[in-house]
Amino acid sequence: MILFEQFNSEIVVNLIYILAAMLFIFGLKMLGSPETARRGNLVSASGMFLAVVVTLLDQSIIDFSFILIGVCIGSLIGFFAATRVKMTAMPEMVALFNGFGGIASLLVGSSEYLVGFDPNSALLIAIYLTVLIGGVTFSGSLIAWGKLSETISGKPFLYKGQQFVNALLLGFILLSGLEMIFFQGLFTENQFQILGIICLLAFTLGILFVIPIGGADMPVVIALLNSFSGLAACAAGFVILNNVLIVSGALVGASGLILTNIMCKAMNRSLANVLFSGFGAVTDTATGETADQGEVRPVNTADAYLILEAASSVLIVPGYGMAVAQAQHSVRELGELLEDNGAEVKYAIHPVAGRMPGHMNVLLAEANVSYDVLVEPEDVNPIMETVDVCMVIGANDVVNPDAKENEGSPIYGMPIIETDRAKTVFVLKRSMASGFAGIQNPLFFKSNTRMLFGDAKESVSNLVAEFKG
Amino acid sequence: METQLTLLFFVLVLSIFLGFELISKVPSTLHTPLMSGANAISGITLVGALLASGSGFVSQPLTVLLGTAAVTFATINVVGGYLVTNRMLSMFKKKKAE
Repeated sequence: MILFEQFNSEIVVNLIYILAAMLFIFGLKMLGSPETARRGNLVSASGMFLAVVVTLLDQSIIDFSFILIGVCIGSLIGFFAATRVKMTAMPEMVALFNGFGGIASLLVGSSEYLVGFDPNSALLIAIYLTVLIGGVTFSGSLIAWGKLSETISGKPFLYKGQQFVNALLLGFILLSGLEMIFFQGLFTENQFQILGIICLLAFTLGILFVIPIGGADMPVVIALLNSFSGLAACAAGFVILNNVLIVSGALVGASGLILTNIMCKAMNRSLANVLFSGFGAVTDTATGETADQGEVRPVNTADAYLILEAASSVLIVPGYGMAVAQAQHSVRELGELLEDNGAEVKYAIHPVAGRMPGHMNVLLAEANVSYDVLVEPEDVNPIMETVDVCMVIGANDVVNPDAKENEGSPIYGMPIIETDRAKTVFVLKRSMASGFAGIQNPLFFKSNTRMLFGDAKESVSNLVAEFKG
Repeated sequence: METQLTLLFFVLVLSIFLGFELISKVPSTLHTPLMSGANAISGITLVGALLASGSGFVSQPLTVLLGTAAVTFATINVVGGYLVTNRMLSMFKKKKAE
């Protein structure tokens, strides 16, 4: 009878793990539409809850006190982080959480390694990969977090002999992997030493991998590190031979890779180019002088109001500058007034408009802009000629016509929102300074463009006042 | 052992394909919640951490300490990830039909 029960409980545990994996899959599927997304997140969370509860029933757990300590501390930190974080700081938080996922997998791999099981090369390979990927994710994410929160300089950091140093590091990592898997005692005396060395090498690799990349490219990096955190969990699944870790890790890994690819495409750059070229550090060689820019036509609020008042379709193109100026609430108010005035109002969101994939959508959602008026560049570009007024608010490079017209431009080929083809373009801008790519924007000099200088929030509030006036 | 590993590899490959299918259907407007939700899912490593943390301090002090640290980090990921995703998704509203 007891034998039967034990046999049974193992099957039940595994079935529940499968159920948890199914709930993750359903949860992700429900993220396919904003209407079901919130329930999807709950479905996914209940999968996690199931997996944790069934694990706690495992007979190998003999002491719950340490678990309790860890869960309590973790829950408190997680709760406060999630409820306090500002939506503008979302990329930093995701970066940090990627790192936590990585270090958790590294610690799980390490504890399995040090517990001293029968030497088995397949498991050793899994442990090596867990520690390596987890370590790279952790230190890389911390650097990404530092760059995003501007704790460390967002400038690309390039130095002479970078390639050589990286090659050397990779060599060492490979060597230490062989040492761990075949343990020959080549340069270490025991397991602690080899594990320490691999952790150290992984941390160094993570730092050297992210530090050369400019702050503006961090969206790609956090998407990639998101993928890595999943792969680390996946590798940990091979260490403890658990299918739910493998399934969920693979799902997260795939998700991060897809987002990385989308961000690269939105910038018309290859992943290798993002990771290794230090964009921004090299653009001064390629500014492609287009000498005769023509003149800038400023506009004041009163005139802008008259044009907007007469418009029957308005397209708002927000960039991160809008979020920095905290103008999204005023923008939403202006949008509503324009709609009351009979205009059709849409928001065109470029994939790299925020600081992480989909960031701008969240910022607008927070300001109560409904998601069905948010459109993508490829939806709006074909009908651009029918748009009466385009309002570019705090965006620059994503509306730069050079991306289409000037082959010498560093952003040539990047998909843009082709605002220059609208009947009138308002550009809300503090000054004539250039965007992150450090290049001039011919849009500002087009005959249908009017510059509305000043703080974006103030300008939009003034327009709102005119409408209410 | 070998058959189990092969089976797990099989699971891995299928999951990757499934992941690509699922995620490519997520609209760009939900990419940030997708990332934070994925973050929470990657906290599944908590399962391994719990086993290590509960293995008994007297017999396995090092494993328990490493495991407890892992439990802490993974719990931050799970709790924080799901909560912040829920917070974001609750802001996504459709225009009321008038």
